[in-house]
Amino acid sequence: MAERIAITGVGQTHHKSKRTDVNTPELVAEAVEAALEDAQLTMKDIDFVVLTSFEMADGQYVPDLWVVPEFGGVGKPGFKFQNAGTSGGVAAGAAFDYAASGMFKNVLCVSWQKMDEGKGAFGRGGGGLSEYWQSQIPFSPITNFARRAFAYLHNSGCTEEHFGMTRVKQDQCAMKNDYAQLKLGLTLEKVMESAVLVWPIRFLHMCPSTCGAGVFIVSPEEQAKKVTKNPVWVEDWFCVHVGGAFTMAEDPTLSTLRYGCETVYKRCGITNPLRDIQAFEIYEPCSPAELRWMEEVGVCEDWTAWKLMEQGKVGIDKEIPFNPSGGVTACNPIGATPVIRIIEAALQIRGDAGAHQVPHTVNRALATGYGGQGENVIILLRKSL
Amino acid sequence: MADRVGIVAVAQTKFDQKREEHLTETLVHVTKDVMGQTGLEFKPDGTGIDSTVTSSQDYFGGLGGIDMHYAYTVGAYKRPEDRIEEDGAFSVAYGAMQILSGHHDVVLVLAHIKESACSKNQVENLGMDHVYGRKIGLDFVASAGMQARRYQHKYGITPEQCAKVVVKNRTNGKNNPFVMYANGITVEDVLKSEMVADPLRAQEIKPNPVDGAVAMILAREEKAKKLTDKPVWITGMGMCYDHHELGYRDLADCDALVSAAQMAYKMAGIKDPVKELDLAEISEHYAYQELLWSEGLGFCGKGEGGKLIDKGTTAMGGELPVNPSGGLLSGVPLVVAGMQRVAECVMQLRGEAGGRQVSGAKKALAHGVDGPAGQLHCVITLEK
Repeated sequence: MAERIAITGVGQTHHKSKRTDVNTPELVAEAVEAALEDAQLTMKDIDFVVLTSFEMADGQYVPDLWVVPEFGGVGKPGFKFQNAGTSGGVAAGAAFDYAASGMFKNVLCVSWQKMDEGKGAFGRGGGGLSEYWQSQIPFSPITNFARRAFAYLHNSGCTEEHFGMTRVKQDQCAMKNDYAQLKLGLTLEKVMESAVLVWPIRFLHMCPSTCGAGVFIVSPEEQAKKVTKNPVWVEDWFCVHVGGAFTMAEDPTLSTLRYGCETVYKRCGITNPLRDIQAFEIYEPCSPAELRWMEEVGVCEDWTAWKLMEQGKVGIDKEIPFNPSGGVTACNPIGATPVIRIIEAALQIRGDAGAHQVPHTVNRALATGYGGQGENVIILLRKSL
Repeated sequence: MADRVGIVAVAQTKFDQKREEHLTETLVHVTKDVMGQTGLEFKPDGTGIDSTVTSSQDYFGGLGGIDMHYAYTVGAYKRPEDRIEEDGAFSVAYGAMQILSGHHDVVLVLAHIKESACSKNQVENLGMDHVYGRKIGLDFVASAGMQARRYQHKYGITPEQCAKVVVKNRTNGKNNPFVMYANGITVEDVLKSEMVADPLRAQEIKPNPVDGAVAMILAREEKAKKLTDKPVWITGMGMCYDHHELGYRDLADCDALVSAAQMAYKMAGIKDPVKELDLAEISEHYAYQELLWSEGLGFCGKGEGGKLIDKGTTAMGGELPVNPSGGLLSGVPLVVAGMQRVAECVMQLRGEAGGRQVSGAKKALAHGVDGPAGQLHCVITLEK
């Protein structure tokens, strides 16, 4: 990169299923204010703005145009990304690019989703599917995850209860996160009793609809050091997109996540992910996916994650600090979700995550964005470079 | 800029009222074209195309994540693909930034749309705020009508001067094989055409629907020089947001465009755009906008856009030809428009613009715009 870059401020809303008290611009402004306060900056200091949300889930055409003036973005250069689920990851990458060019001092990355006004399910259901035949069958993220979960049951030898245990673990983490939407106090029985949507996916396995926003500020090295004593360095990032190609995959667990992680691990000299990375914030919009994705991220051998889950080795203060925030099954404001993963990873590195802070020092954290049927953005953050 | 970014290949489809093909086929045409020109393929090891930046709009395609049709169709499987839901000019600017950041060396940028797939007015009504704008039926054409009215009132711009823009651009467009509405229209024809949003008449509005796509390949300096004998360099990039609420702006002025232009000029070291530039390709979604945007870009003083067209400064053979390609009024799709402006500049600077060639062109400016009454502008300057 032309310049080393660091995240100097983060902010997010308290995520909820409905926010009838605010409109979209007002919702976004809450997170922008939080991030500016965190960095002790004002909008005057911001010289570039990168925005993102999933338009159809907002129910608004070019929503950035409506949102920008509310938080003081008039007169600023910027534009908006939209890559459905990976929107936040792609926008974060762009904010990193603008900062790394050395041409801008403080780049603001703004992401949101207000799903109580749009039709999220419509937007997601249509996700890049062929209008000739794919959208004629009830194909959606839920059926997609059902395929994957079915394959996981078949290949790993685990039972449906292990998916339930994963959901309980996610909920236990979310219970400690001030910002999380769903804090349900789940038991294994409760998860197993919830309705089957598309077998083996149950209602409680899936992420909720969410209104929320996530914002961070990123700066080149010299500026970052001026802004904060606790910069979180961006070590590397990589975007893996495949398109609506699920039918082309020989393996329904089509691993762009594995491919993306292997690519950045190689570039950053990571040989043992569980040793070299101390916190993981992965975009898992569905509980069973977390098991396979633990394996693809490289924290355990293929088809063994369920055993670790059963042994209680996964959690905030456990051997495998996977999604200490509670993850995406606890809240999923789609466009903002990858940015929230980055924010949570940065908070873990800073030691500012509060009740869901992992108890050991986090020198390096991994955040991901996920979308479509296998799109991924992989981001590595570090305490020091 | 620390490093230079060169445009090494461009391709555009012919723009049609309705392309009788699936979106993926349109993508393949332009992508394979630029890949063929450079001999590059998508490669993970830094020896080919590293990344793609696309511009498209879900609402116009009626699909959430319409860009997901891209990667598997053109062989960019498992490669980075970032989609900007704005005008195509922003994709060019961000594509260049992926190189300036040191992150990638070769980036393919692409813009596509099928306007024919849905109603422009309906979609653009969804671009207004939920509380007032949508309910009163406001859309981008109605917003433009108000802007045209205010601009004509404040600066005494006449309907004839606006009509002259249509005549100039449609005449230029006759030399452009890609556009579809080039014809020998007269000022009288324009002024007699149907009133759409007072004072805007049908012939003063960018034709709709128009389908098509445009693609180009950008490369870091040393690679660009190896890939082509005629690289065109991106020298400046600027962009800026204005207010969404029309009442918060004086619609007769375009402060955001002034800021965007200044940002690009500063980067490119341009002090006197009329003298230094050889041509400009700007996004006039409506005839009056070419005059207004010319003011914002500093081609003349505030309120002098009318005189500019009267004097013939912006005609072919004038001091600064504007839209030698025929502009948007000759029939160019939304979203594609900004990137197509850049593509036209590239062809001009390479001396490959055929009948619309501005002789000896060395420096050019491309402009893209989004939103009601020009809320978000992007300016890109280019050099041979």
